[in-house]
Amino acid sequence: MRALFPLELKAAETARRGQRLVGPVDVRLEGAGCTVVIGPNGAGKTSLLRLMHGTARLTGGSLRWGCGEAEARQRQAFVFQQPVMLRRSVEENLAYPLRARGVARGEARAKARVWAERVGLGAMLGRQAPVLSGGERQKLALARALIIGPEVLFLDEPCAALDGAATRDIEAILSEAKAGGTALVMATHDMGQARRLGDEVLFLLAGRVRERSPAQGFFEGPETAEAQAFLRGDII
Amino acid sequence: MVDLWDGLVQAFWLVVTLDAALVEISARSLRVTLSALAIASVIAMPLAAFLAVKRFRYRRAVIALLNALMGLPPVVVGLLVYILLSRSGPFGVLGLLFTPTAMVIAQVTIIVPLVASIAHQSLRDLWHEYHDLLISMNVSQGQKMRTLLWDARRALLTAALAGFGRAIGEVGAIMIVGGNIDHATRVLTTAIALETGKGDFALALALGFVLIGLAIAVNLAIHSLSRTEREGRW
Repeated sequence: MRALFPLELKAAETARRGQRLVGPVDVRLEGAGCTVVIGPNGAGKTSLLRLMHGTARLTGGSLRWGCGEAEARQRQAFVFQQPVMLRRSVEENLAYPLRARGVARGEARAKARVWAERVGLGAMLGRQAPVLSGGERQKLALARALIIGPEVLFLDEPCAALDGAATRDIEAILSEAKAGGTALVMATHDMGQARRLGDEVLFLLAGRVRERSPAQGFFEGPETAEAQAFLRGDII
Repeated sequence: MVDLWDGLVQAFWLVVTLDAALVEISARSLRVTLSALAIASVIAMPLAAFLAVKRFRYRRAVIALLNALMGLPPVVVGLLVYILLSRSGPFGVLGLLFTPTAMVIAQVTIIVPLVASIAHQSLRDLWHEYHDLLISMNVSQGQKMRTLLWDARRALLTAALAGFGRAIGEVGAIMIVGGNIDHATRVLTTAIALETGKGDFALALALGFVLIGLAIAVNLAIHSLSRTEREGRW
């Protein structure tokens, strides 16, 4: 099996109804640790993540995975800012991606139970997913993404609108996934979270990558004036 | 008013005494309608899911056509099925005219657009909700359709029940293709039409009350079996 990484974007663009959302972007990800995508609202963070994940159409340039696109789609997962819950129980939500990949029902359910315990939803297996709280839904979405063992997990502001306790739980799960070898690519507005989880930072402005640095270096002394202003909290 | 009261009393006694003729035509009504509903659902539900999930050139036109066909005049459907099944028609060799099968064919033709249109509304809304997730999970078109159909099953029940209501109350088409033959193709609606024609309003009303009771009973039974209106379920 060929390696999933590197992911290489060359002058990559995505547009919708004639309006460019992201690009041109030149980025090469090696698939290690956590890459944090930050920038002001409308910078194109979500669109960049969707472009990399393959759910936004590439309208210019190129995007290549090490193993080819079709295979790459099978080896990655995405967690949305507003988690989408299937109208099923917690257990069935967790088992769904496995069943969709042809895993036998019994095995899928057994794995679902293990993952429900891991993310603290073990007591809620039979509960209908759409009635869970925001934090529980996000944990379930995360477990449902991780249950297939993705090599890369895209996260679009996974802790937006969550309280401190839920954020801590989510970050603990993400840290565990990272330690287990899953590469994380995460868009966030939460600079504290970016500092805690990030290994490198992509700073986006107006659909372009304006700065790319190791996380520590970025937060201690960003190179560009825009990034400095952004970290100061100025409106840019 | 007297007719109405007489009808209620007669309906009561017909049911209490399990009148043989009533049982026969009620059973036939149910058999024909439930068969038509089952066949129509097998056609309409996947069609609705396909229209929700798949983007193709004439999709909007197909949806508009389905919506328009919801108002298909049953008598015209009956006439078309009659022509197709009549001895000189293309399917005359099958000898289906004036049989319950012909009645099922007519009912299926009438309710497929209705069931498909109502089902499509529900599935389209659910697809809007699921779109990003299922695309992200890279599931196949067939899996998307099956997921929508399963997760919207309780909403689809409404579509099926609307089809059932339309089919069991249908008279024009099945009168033409069934012929209202005693012990063969007579059902509740055609019997009501016959008794009304004969001037026996009390019996016609009695059969009408039985028909309404049957429709309500089937609806309640299906709701009960599918456990709708329970907290946290869809």
